[in-house]
Amino acid sequence: MTALQSQKLKPYLYVLPLILLLAFVFGYPLLRIFEFSFKLVRGIDGPWIGLRNYELILGQSLFWESVLHNIQLLLAIPAMVVISLLISILLYERITGWKLYRIIVFVPFVLAIPIIAVVMKRMFQFSGPVNEVLRWLSLDFLALDWIGSSDVALWTVMILIVWRESALGIILFLARLLSLDESMLEAARLEGANWWQRVWHIILPQMRGVIEFYVVVSVITILAAVFSYVYVVGGGRGGPGTATMVIEFYIFNALIRTSLPGIAAAASVLLFLVSVLLIFPMFRARRRVREEEA
Amino acid sequence: MSEIATQDRRRRARAQTALGDALKQGVLLIASFVALVPTFYMIMTALKSEEEYAIDKLGLPDAPILDNFRAVLVDSPFLAWMLNSFILVVGSVALSIVVSCLAAYAIARMEFKGRETLLALSTSLMAVPPVVMIVPLFVLYTQLDLISTYQGAIIIYAGLITPFSVYLLTTFFRTVPKELFESAKLDGAGDLLILWKIVLPLSLPALVTLVVVNSLYVWNDLLIAIIFLQEDAKRTLMAGISVFQGRYNNQVPLTMAGMVIASAPMFILYIAFQKHFIRGLMAGAIK
Repeated sequence: MTALQSQKLKPYLYVLPLILLLAFVFGYPLLRIFEFSFKLVRGIDGPWIGLRNYELILGQSLFWESVLHNIQLLLAIPAMVVISLLISILLYERITGWKLYRIIVFVPFVLAIPIIAVVMKRMFQFSGPVNEVLRWLSLDFLALDWIGSSDVALWTVMILIVWRESALGIILFLARLLSLDESMLEAARLEGANWWQRVWHIILPQMRGVIEFYVVVSVITILAAVFSYVYVVGGGRGGPGTATMVIEFYIFNALIRTSLPGIAAAASVLLFLVSVLLIFPMFRARRRVREEEA
Repeated sequence: MSEIATQDRRRRARAQTALGDALKQGVLLIASFVALVPTFYMIMTALKSEEEYAIDKLGLPDAPILDNFRAVLVDSPFLAWMLNSFILVVGSVALSIVVSCLAAYAIARMEFKGRETLLALSTSLMAVPPVVMIVPLFVLYTQLDLISTYQGAIIIYAGLITPFSVYLLTTFFRTVPKELFESAKLDGAGDLLILWKIVLPLSLPALVTLVVVNSLYVWNDLLIAIIFLQEDAKRTLMAGISVFQGRYNNQVPLTMAGMVIASAPMFILYIAFQKHFIRGLMAGAIK
């Protein structure tokens, strides 16, 4: 081999480990879920059965219930956006003690979701401290069976999600705010614009990109990455009953509990297609964020 | 007359600012309270006896006891779970960083066909939810006897965190001035030497970010841990506590002692390295 040839090959040697790793962890599974979804897999392989897995899933009320639960959880996003915006703007104004506040409001993001879920589950027990406080405040009608009632459990999961994922929003928005051009804000202040006017007319328009980005990332999280929240709160079963079943859990159950990889694969394909649809807005939003910051 | 009016307006503006500041402090105080309540509850409850908790769920412990901590450490394999999580974090973060550094260096500094495609493809994988990959990997791992092995889980974790690492490092490597490379090349330094001696030391902030964000991901993960590390001896901390909390469902103080122990490592790291953590989280968030 000549020196020139080896020089040409060199870049590929550097990226080879990456290609192998990604091909194994992403490439192989993404091809295989499509194949499996058309097969009756028993153990490691099985005969082709056409669209039967999909027919089975789409005709099953448990699957639709799971989808509906994921969609219901999306309601957490507006709350997350408003909370994160408010807190991050207050931190950005560097009011007294903002550095300490910043350390504190990031705490939810440092704590692991399973730990938080275990703690909150105890706090929200029917005879737990949350209800005790509510009763003490004479708000008895709010002292619900947060974990044990199938009407309420998913809302409790949502509270947990808002509580923790808002911290990510604060982190994200604060990073964006710290890169803002302050001269415009200063000018507005000198001209006597009040707080609401400054936030509404100067800060928010410059944050459109990062807000959009946060919304898209949160949609992906809530549709496809709430397993840890649900696993603990739902007692490892998506309970009470099927009240906290989500798509991820459906896949988990089909794969591990009922050993039907074909069904799990078909559900994975559907979830993958949804995430592909979300990749484009995510990229657009990220590009927007970078343009705004430049 | 007009002077009085101006003064008056100023006074009113000052009063308004004072009121506004009080309001803002109020909002941040409430937010801090909400952010800290679970931690506070967890620690206070862990220090109570079962009897005291039954009567008093909210207050400070009357006579703080450490029995719950002892019981957890003696009766449950918490330390073994932590060790497992630690092994997975170190293994996967190290593997991912080596792979990502090599690739990012080539993508940022070398000309080759398919360079941009590779970067775009790798970056887009960040949006693919991990749960989508588990079915075929589980079937394959069963076949290869890789279920409940460290190496099997490490490869999966390393793969899942690598797209972000490649993206961040490539962006960072591209900001290193070209002249540095050229003068080093003229001195006869090879690419690996340049990467090791010049690029990596300059990229320390990015590397710290990666270690923080990726370690948090692996340490906190439950999905992969539960599916791919089913054997008791290989259980991670997060999988362990999910089992633990079910077993001691009615013993709240004992459970909370477990949670205090489980959250201690990341909490201590956060307080000790909060600057790096905050910088890392802020950089990692934009992805």
